[in-house]
Amino acid sequence: MSNHIILRIVAKLLIPFVLLFGLYVQFHGDYGPGGGFQAGVIFAGGFILYALIFGIDTAKQIIHPNLIQFLVAFGVLLYAGTGFASILLGGNFLDYNVLSHDPIHGQHLGILLVELGVGITVAAVMMATFFCFAGRSPKT
Amino acid sequence: MIEIINVIILAFMVIIAVAIVRVQNLFAAIILTGFYSLLSAGMFVILDAVDVAFTEAAVGAGMTTVIMLGTLLLTSSDEKQSDRWSPWPLLAVLLLGGLLIYGTLDMPMYGDPASPVHAHVVAPRYIQESPEEIGVPNMVTAVLASYRGYDTLGETTVIFTAGIGLLLLIGSGFRFRNKRNAP
Repeated sequence: MSNHIILRIVAKLLIPFVLLFGLYVQFHGDYGPGGGFQAGVIFAGGFILYALIFGIDTAKQIIHPNLIQFLVAFGVLLYAGTGFASILLGGNFLDYNVLSHDPIHGQHLGILLVELGVGITVAAVMMATFFCFAGRSPKT
Repeated sequence: MIEIINVIILAFMVIIAVAIVRVQNLFAAIILTGFYSLLSAGMFVILDAVDVAFTEAAVGAGMTTVIMLGTLLLTSSDEKQSDRWSPWPLLAVLLLGGLLIYGTLDMPMYGDPASPVHAHVVAPRYIQESPEEIGVPNMVTAVLASYRGYDTLGETTVIFTAGIGLLLLIGSGFRFRNKRNAP
């Protein structure tokens, strides 16, 4: 793909907007359609577009496989950790009311954190899936 | 007006489904499944399920297509032809399709206010109480992340497990292909 100059230029122009849109969907999920799952897929889509155009090894230098592996687990840990934090603060598991000084703020904070956890895990798993499939060398 | 759009989208979905079966080139078939997902995302928008439509467009039309194309690199791009004609696949598909259509006869009509989803006690509670209890304008997010936080934690764990399983099974291409390229 590296010789297709139009694809390269258009991808370079598009990728920042794809990533920005992923972040928008992530953090605007409380107010509009979307949330962690969709945001994670869109965010991973930006990196996958990069990997498709500029090569998988170049993409791996930007987001290292070790980092992806870490993020796969980190999202779930962030989600469950929010639950344990609410236990430690005196509530039930995943009861966000106790996370902040008043219940509504606690709910907002809790939803933000767990959606971020979902987004991180989904984005990392999507990238890992793509690298797993696309990184295999074809049978010769 | 909405009926015309419904008919057009559903007709296109049927045409694409038939085309996927007919087409021999697997690359074309994968792109057609992407179109199919995009059209079903359009259907979900018409049914006012924007969050589902979003997921379908991102995962079905985007992610799945890319991963299928990545898989296509490992195989040939044309369907393998078989010489013998066998009635069993057709029979299995017709039987399964018939069972599924028979199953839909038990489902409530679209928008039926007496259907279990609307009649159950939690739905009115979510609608009436969530603005005060959660304070999040998107009720789907309130239900998914707060009321049903356990389920979403379970879903995230499923995705995590799928990712780990994939890395264990076919994770050979996940790392750098040769150490020279490693930074």
